[in-house]
Amino acid sequence: MAMDLTNATFNGFRRENGRVGVRNHVIILPVDDLSNAASEAVANNIKGSMAIPHPYGRLQFGADLDLHFRTLIGTGANPNVAAVVVIGIEDGWTKRVVDGIASTGKPVTGFGIEQHGDHETIKRASQTAREYVQWASELQREDVPLQDLWVSTKCGESDTTSGCGANPTVGNAFDKLYKHKTTLLFGETSEITGGELLVAERCRNEQVRERFLAMFNRYQEMIDRYKTDDLSESQPTKGNIAGGLTTIEEKALGNIQKIGRECLVDGVLDKAEAPQHPGLWFMDSSSAAAEMVTLCAAAGYVLHFFPTGQGNIIGNPIVPVIKLCANPRTVRTMSEHMDLDVSGLLRREMTPDEAGDALLDMMVRTANGRLTAAEALGHREFVLTRLYESA
Amino acid sequence: MIDFVVHDDGDSVGVVVVEGVSAGQKLTGWIMDQDAEINFTAASDIPIGHKLAIKPLKKGDTVIKYGVDIGRVVADIKLGEHAHVHNIKTKRW
Repeated sequence: MAMDLTNATFNGFRRENGRVGVRNHVIILPVDDLSNAASEAVANNIKGSMAIPHPYGRLQFGADLDLHFRTLIGTGANPNVAAVVVIGIEDGWTKRVVDGIASTGKPVTGFGIEQHGDHETIKRASQTAREYVQWASELQREDVPLQDLWVSTKCGESDTTSGCGANPTVGNAFDKLYKHKTTLLFGETSEITGGELLVAERCRNEQVRERFLAMFNRYQEMIDRYKTDDLSESQPTKGNIAGGLTTIEEKALGNIQKIGRECLVDGVLDKAEAPQHPGLWFMDSSSAAAEMVTLCAAAGYVLHFFPTGQGNIIGNPIVPVIKLCANPRTVRTMSEHMDLDVSGLLRREMTPDEAGDALLDMMVRTANGRLTAAEALGHREFVLTRLYESA
Repeated sequence: MIDFVVHDDGDSVGVVVVEGVSAGQKLTGWIMDQDAEINFTAASDIPIGHKLAIKPLKKGDTVIKYGVDIGRVVADIKLGEHAHVHNIKTKRW
């Protein structure tokens, strides 16, 4: 019997802007590559804070720079984050990130390194980080309705079992969540190839369909412009091929099992763009796991479903990534990475409805505080998407 | 005991879901969308997750899985034979 979600709730942290988080991180966010060292030093000084280092943020321009800011601001603004210390090499761009995060009402302070040096910056930023950690440690979880949970999905190191087991499990859970007006997301533009018309048919209206197809076609043109072969070494990946996936079309059809059978695509988002209302959203995004999950987090999603076949081990610093797998060999050989085993689906020991309910149960437990395998193992892959070269 | 699964009864391939399938082995398949069983004999060794042809496929044919086109056959594939990158290619890119 399907799980009744009518009055379902979870225990989350209600933030200043009304959004609800499932974690209570205090993050030290570098604006640029140069500020990683100071950020990591602060996080080392102040227990319970976490640095999120990355390699970019210098001499970017235009749409690529806009995406950089949108991703950093979105990461800081995410409701899984209680408070933020921002560190940049200079004050201007540091302030831009601080101001973006401050619009949520959460505590955030920026520090520029120039004219101070690392030592002085680390000292001052550590004082603020300590105050934030102690303040955040007293925040309490409260009972909130399921509608306040924003859930994204992306699969990785898929194989054929993803398409008949783990991805349809996500699809079953998405169909159930959709009915309860949660805010959902999928993406991976290149991995829709071969199934794009099936997604287009699911779009809510002509306007959404046109925007989806425009994003899909733009991505195809980008691939056509830069490709040197039929991408048979990249899409499907070597891991996909080892797992039995033969063509991009086969991979894509497995991939789109994640959006279930009943949800409609209610809107289309640019990378790291926040949705405006509940429903299922498509985000134009890379299919590379860490890039995609980083963009989901920056768009405001607080929990992620990650089905895998061959065993992708990704995590994210601020969003719990729930791993599920239907490949019995992977579940056996990589059990420490898996939160949910749905291999019973392929033995006909479990129905799709039971698998979907098992995922929803794990979702609520995770939202309430259970650490995912990726969190326990320290997987904090934070990867910024770049659009083109720096100036 | 399910040895392989098929998404839709119009599909040309099924997916092996157990380890160690070898040539000559009798296999039980489950057609998921129609909830029906079929029986087959493996014509080659097939690793878990890899596909077997459940219809004879000729070079140039379209391969159907999930009821949809997933690529073209580039070398003939016999019934029960391993179907993968050596005999199927994308129609895209």
